[in-house]
Amino acid sequence: MSDIPANLAIDAPPAQTRPAKSRGYWGGVWQRLRYDHVTLFCLALILLIVLSAIFAPWIAPFDPNKSSIIHRLKPIGVAPYWLGTDEQGRDMLSRILWGGRTSLAMGIVPVAIATLIGGAFGIVAGYYGGWVNMVIMRTMDVFFAFPSVLLAVAISGSLGGGTTNQLITLAIVLIPPLCRVAETATSQVRSMDFVDAARATGAPTPVILFKHVLINVVSPVLVYASTLVSAAILLASGLSFLGLGVSPPTPDWGLMLSTLRQSIYVQPLVCALPGVAILITSIAFNLVSDGLRQAMDVKA
Amino acid sequence: MTLELASRSPLPEFDGSDRGGPEQPLLIVENFKKHFPIHSGVLNRAVAAVKAVDDVSFNVRKGETLGVVGESGCGKSTLARLLMHLLPHDEGRLVLDGDEVGERHGASLQDLRRSIQMVFQDSASSLNPRLPILESVAFGPRVRGASKTEARALAGDLLERVGLKAERFGGRYPHELSGGQKQRVNIARALALRPRLLILDEAVSALDKSVEAQVLNLLAELKEQFNLTYIFISHDLHVVRFISDRVLVMYLGQIVEIGPADDIYDNPQHPYTMALLECRLSMDPDARVDNAPLAGDPPNPINPPSGCRFHTRCPYVEDICMAKAPPLENVLASKAEGHLAACHMTHPGSGHSRASAAAPAALARAATPILTIPEA
Repeated sequence: MSDIPANLAIDAPPAQTRPAKSRGYWGGVWQRLRYDHVTLFCLALILLIVLSAIFAPWIAPFDPNKSSIIHRLKPIGVAPYWLGTDEQGRDMLSRILWGGRTSLAMGIVPVAIATLIGGAFGIVAGYYGGWVNMVIMRTMDVFFAFPSVLLAVAISGSLGGGTTNQLITLAIVLIPPLCRVAETATSQVRSMDFVDAARATGAPTPVILFKHVLINVVSPVLVYASTLVSAAILLASGLSFLGLGVSPPTPDWGLMLSTLRQSIYVQPLVCALPGVAILITSIAFNLVSDGLRQAMDVKA
Repeated sequence: MTLELASRSPLPEFDGSDRGGPEQPLLIVENFKKHFPIHSGVLNRAVAAVKAVDDVSFNVRKGETLGVVGESGCGKSTLARLLMHLLPHDEGRLVLDGDEVGERHGASLQDLRRSIQMVFQDSASSLNPRLPILESVAFGPRVRGASKTEARALAGDLLERVGLKAERFGGRYPHELSGGQKQRVNIARALALRPRLLILDEAVSALDKSVEAQVLNLLAELKEQFNLTYIFISHDLHVVRFISDRVLVMYLGQIVEIGPADDIYDNPQHPYTMALLECRLSMDPDARVDNAPLAGDPPNPINPPSGCRFHTRCPYVEDICMAKAPPLENVLASKAEGHLAACHMTHPGSGHSRASAAAPAALARAATPILTIPEA
């Protein structure tokens, strides 16, 4: 390097103890996340909830659908029904563990579908701009015109009840907001010079989208998607509560809340349990998304 | 030095891409036009157009540095993006070393993109914040079919050439670099496709003076090493004089004067060039400019003035200037070859009272040094 004059090296910083090999972007995210105890705690909590939902058939002490007239509405803390029983004498602990399966599925699956579809539409709209953007975003605006609950009620009303239809309903409701976030992030990235520099190399558009645009859009979209998980759980619970979602014998937090409503003066604490489960899960998801947002910000 | 470097580098030798010979201009730009339509109304119809670049023709010779100067908004950057085909042009031809770009048997857009690269003004936004700089530099060769290892080796080599140790800096992200370092990465990236022409769009304007000097020296060195031709766009007249062989002056989307750098600076012919040069800061406190030689904004490019576009601000304006647009023609009063100006005063027989008289530059100095500013 003797050909480069010495003055070129003056603004090189003093030697740093930094590994020459990059940890990569996700490595850096994990480094920042490691010291965020709240986020780690909530992640652990979510993991616990997910695992207990997955292993519900093995860890639930009773059959969640087995009713017993003589054990109706038992209080919390009395063996063998540690979390009491509902109005048909079914074990609440077992029902909450089993109910986590439907409720978590309602939270995660529609958000994942909506992130893929809405994100793809948003990136295309934001990158191409012009009439492509107009067609996609105005279509999304039509969905935005309705309040999300009303839209969900209308769609699931026309599709009919049942788990699959509820998943589809929720996905449709969640696509427009995710599309809009992806579109905004993409159009911001699109206006930056590095995209033009990539175009100037003659790279085909899909390569530019994947290598340069997606990597910059993924973090706002993922963070927003993680906040939507709790919203989706609440919305699914709402639909079940209204009788438009999961049909009765299936344990589901929203549905349980709905059926236990009549017994609220007899066993208020037991009736609140499905609500507590929803609350804890959605708060955990919200806090994790908050922590993710901070950890994914490169300039933090 | 060049040979020694070339033998050490993994870069391929510059093959016979110099097709037209040394006399063939590297780039011929003919009648380039770009009008941005302004949409309005319920039907979103184009009601007017911003004439950002309006009928611009010039040549870029092999191995030279062509400086492009002008006020902000005169179309310099639009011109750069048109040359890069980042924006489609409305009209005009582009001939790259004898091959017309986009013609059936001419150079393809891919050839053009390999041959012309650009360094952007904003060093921060021109690097992907989520990619380590080595990957940013390696992206171009990768797209062109180099293997991952080849592309990285080449990128590492280029980073070394611009003075950044690849093993220490290669894995860093743009936000971990200073402005000057980022701009050097940008230069390395532009060089990664082995271009013949580098467009530097205000490439050093955002840097502080010491870093700017480093980058300018680096550019001069790389030019020799890589056999490059530069189009250097800047508003800094001192820097342009330092680096340029020829200078092109733009006003409101058109070329008003073009010629050898020394000739333009010592013997400007167009009143706009004179005013622009008056704006330079002087090292001599007695020669300070107290009043701006040219105040106000340029006229609206949506409805440019009739005739000569500069007539609204020109101190020598006469009827002919408002009626007829002066062509860009040779300046006879200038001894230097290839000095062209678009001013009636420099064209004998144009009808302007100063036209066939003595050299207008001399007149300009005798007349009021401060140009008057008529209302737009």
